Parts: sequence; C-alpha cells; structure tokens
Amino acid sequence: MKRLLAHTGLAAGALVMLYPLLWMISASLRPNTEIFEHPGLIPERPTLGNYALGWSSTGTSFGIYLMNSLIICAAVVIGNVLTCSLTAYAFARLRFVGRKTLFGLMLATIMLPGHVTLIAQYSIFRNLNWIDTFWPMIVPSFLATDAFFVFLMVQFIRSIPVELDDAARIDGCGAWGIYRRIILPLLSPALVTTAIFSFIWTWNNFFSQLIYLSTRTRLTVPVALRGFLDATGSSEWGALFAMSVVTLVPVVVVFVIFQRRILAGMAHTGLK
Amino acid sequence: MIARLRQSVPAYLFLLPWLIGLLGLTIGPMLLSLYYSFTDYALLNTPEWTGLHNYTTLFQDSRYLQSLKVTFIYVGVSVPLEMAFALAVAVLLNRGLKGLAVYRALYYVPSLLGGSVAIALLWQQIFGSDGLLNDVLGVFGIHGRGWISEPGTALWTLIVLRVWQFGAPMVIFLAGLRQIPDEVLEAAEVDGAGRWQRFWRVTLPLLSPVVFFNLVLQIIGAFQAFTPAFVISGGKGGPSDSTLFYTLYLYQQAFGNFRMGYAAAMAWVLLLIIAVFTGLNFVLGRTWVFYGDEGARR
Repeated sequence: MKRLLAHTGLAAGALVMLYPLLWMISASLRPNTEIFEHPGLIPERPTLGNYALGWSSTGTSFGIYLMNSLIICAAVVIGNVLTCSLTAYAFARLRFVGRKTLFGLMLATIMLPGHVTLIAQYSIFRNLNWIDTFWPMIVPSFLATDAFFVFLMVQFIRSIPVELDDAARIDGCGAWGIYRRIILPLLSPALVTTAIFSFIWTWNNFFSQLIYLSTRTRLTVPVALRGFLDATGSSEWGALFAMSVVTLVPVVVVFVIFQRRILAGMAHTGLK
Repeated sequence: MIARLRQSVPAYLFLLPWLIGLLGLTIGPMLLSLYYSFTDYALLNTPEWTGLHNYTTLFQDSRYLQSLKVTFIYVGVSVPLEMAFALAVAVLLNRGLKGLAVYRALYYVPSLLGGSVAIALLWQQIFGSDGLLNDVLGVFGIHGRGWISEPGTALWTLIVLRVWQFGAPMVIFLAGLRQIPDEVLEAAEVDGAGRWQRFWRVTLPLLSPVVFFNLVLQIIGAFQAFTPAFVISGGKGGPSDSTLFYTLYLYQQAFGNFRMGYAAAMAWVLLLIIAVFTGLNFVLGRTWVFYGDEGARR
C-alpha cells in the first residue's frame, strides 16, 4: 500500500514536471487557432504543417542552422577529447617541474566565471578577425580550456594501474607510446562522457553564439530560434514550437542512447 | 636542476595546448579585462585610463544596483528550493522502489533541456497571459494574470524554471545516498531511532559533503544565469527591470552600449562576489559538513 502511494506520488510528480514538454510537442502538431484553446494534450486536428512552415519561414532553411550547430559541436567534441586527454595524461602520470602549481591553476579555472575573460577575449578575437566565424567557439576547445573535462580524465587515469605503464616502458614505449597504446584505449569511458557532455553543452550554449555570430546563414540553432519570431514578423506559435522541438531532438536522442553514461557521469562529478 | 628540467620536457609537450590556452585565453584575458576595467573603452577606441571611475560609477548606477538585487533574490530563493526538491525526491527514490532508473531519467530530463533557448521560449508561452498556466487555472475557475508581463511575478517564473531543473543535483544526491552503508541505518534503527531521526541524525550528516558540493556548484551557476532572463524578457530584463540579471546587464553594457571598460569592471565585481560566496561556503561548511574519516581519526 505504501509502495503504491509512493509510486503514485512519483508518477504524478513526473507528469507535472514533463507536462510542459509534452504540451509543447502537442502544440507543435496543432493549427495555430487551436493551440491556446484548451490545455489538453490531444490535438483535435493534428497537422505537420507547422514543421513545414517553421523550417523555411526565417528566410533561411532551418537545415542550415542545424548544420552550423552540428559543425561547431563536432569540432568541440574532437578538440576536447584530444587536448583534454593530452593534458590529463601529463598531470596524472608524468613528473615535471611546477606540476603542483599548474595542477592547482587548472582546478581553479574550473570555478572561474567566464565573464571575467569575456570582454578581453572578445577584443582579442575581434583583432584576429574572428567575429562572425565559428573560430571563437571552436579554438578554445583545442586548447583544453574546459578544465572540468581535464579533471574528469585525471581522476580516471589515476584509477588505471601504473604497472601497465611500467610494462609498456620495458617494452620500449616512451611517454607518447604509453599515452597512445595504454592510456587512451583504457580511458575510452571518460572520453565518451566528455564527448557527450561537450556535445550537449555546446548545442545548448547560447551566450557565445549570440555575441559572436550575426550573419543569418552562419547562425546556430539557439540563436536562430531566439530570433524566430522577429524574423518571421508574426506570431506563428505553432511553427515556433515545431522548431523548438526540432532543436531539442538531438539532445534527447543523445540522452536516450547514452542515458546510463550521462547519469553515471553526473554522479561521478559529485563524488571524489 | 638541469636534469630535472630536461626530464620535464615531454610533460610540457603534452601540456602545450593547455598552456597556450591558459595563457592566451584565461590568464591573459583576465589581466587584460582587469586593465580595461580601469579604462574607458568602447572597442573601437584605444582604452583611456580613468582609474577607479568605472567602479565608483557602478555603485551609483541604479540599474546596476537593481541587477544585484534581482540576482541575489534569484540565487537566494531558487538554490535552496532546488536543493530541497533534489534531496527530498532523492530520498524518496532511494528506498529500493522498482523503476528507480525510469524515475531518475524522467526527473533528469528538465535539467538536460532547461538551459536551452527552446525551453525559455516555451516558458514565455506557459506563463503568458494567454498561456498554458492560465488555461489550466481556468479549468478550475481561477482567473490568472500575465505572469511574465507583471513586474511582481516575472522573476518568479525564472525561479520556477530553475527549480524545475532539480534533477541534476538529485542524481548527485542519489549517488551519495547509495554510498551510505545499510548497516549504519540498521544500527540506528536497532538503537530505537525513528525514520525522521534516522534522516536527520544519520543520513543527512553522512550526506553533508555531497550537499556541500551541490550547494557550492549551484550557487556559482545561479549567479551566472543568463539565457532564460535574456530570452524571456526579449533581452531587456523587463518588465521594469524586474528580471535584469547581473549577466544580462553586463551583456547590455558590453554589447548594447559598447561600454567595455564598465562591463569589465562588472565582471571583476562578479568574480569577487562569487569568490566571497564560495569562500563563505567553505568557512561555514566546516561547521556542518561531516567528513567520515576525520571522525575516525579522533
């Protein structure tokens, strides 16, 4: 009986939490006149018209925005996996002068609010003629600036037995060989976690895309979506919801596929 | 020494990308921002040294003070609420119910999507005067209001949006709860502790490092919230500056008015505020965070 009560409560809670999302999906399938008619979920006259309308109504195909977001995300994922693992390997396994100080600095940058570098970064990127290009979003990831992932990988590498390194060293491997042949393959769970979170965070990252991108054909999904109503100059709520759903689908798909890893990754960051 | 330096060469090769980033994208820009904060700089001119002028202006700027107030209310209300929900649901879920994984995933979904522009736009609709909330209230015969268009309630819609995302700290709480050995709770039960007592005297102290970690993280994050306020208020922070978040005002000054020096000063003050709060957390944490191994050593 108690169990039933708990289940009912939890299920009801989940429904209330997810209702706005379900309602948005439902609204995207209704004609404009029906959206605010009733708060229910079942469309009376379901239509895909909003999707067709939304896809092209900003004057640029939504496919372009999706492609731009995808390009940036793919580059960031590669950059983070590559350079964060190099950095983490050095911190976790190699001895060098200044290790403690640099490690402390790396940890400190995790907590650093981005605004304190923002203005100067903007002016630097401007001098490099990088405004309205993808470079301000991509280049930092190839310089391992997301220290959170470095830390995640350092923790993971520390759990890999050092004996494996020693064995490889006896077989004639140098630092690069150990990194390439031993660490990198064994690190793959942490690399996947890094890739997933890099993708999701970059996909949703509105702020830098907002300040750096301006040409319509170079916009990414969040920036395009936010300017949707201005661009269409109307109140096409149905089309707006349809495109909102489109922008959320990639994240939901990634979550469904990698659910276990994402939740484990979340839990890991909290412990140890 | 030479030998040690030589030994360090391979490590520094591995660290090269990160070092370039650290100097070129973090420390360098930080110092440059600090310099800008003492200047009048509009991006197109050469920065002109004005000393402490930006900083003294800040505290006479009524919109800046308003942004501070809004942000403090937002952090002070939403973070405790979010943490309370996360902890309560985590404790409920941790009682060995079937379907834990499903509930955990469902409750996590809002955290996954909540920071996006799509959800902020959805919020704008839900809490609009003709929105979903008023439709639902209408079913019960309650006449709603324009939650977002009225200065008295607009900030609360943003607080609700943050609390809605309690799934992320909840997942961390759940992992922490799993680390508490059953034996400890059973021993307390044998000693006659009721459910409530077990929670307050055993579970919560053992969980306190995780509570602490979540608290620090959430406070830092909440101070920097931007997207929902920007999208929902159309970039303005209205109505009547009631949703003028700190970062939103910073954005307006930097990219609307091109007062880069002023915005840089704002950024440095923000860093200070966050540092003070984090420091305060660590100091106060000593009085309530319980690290098991410490007790064992005594």
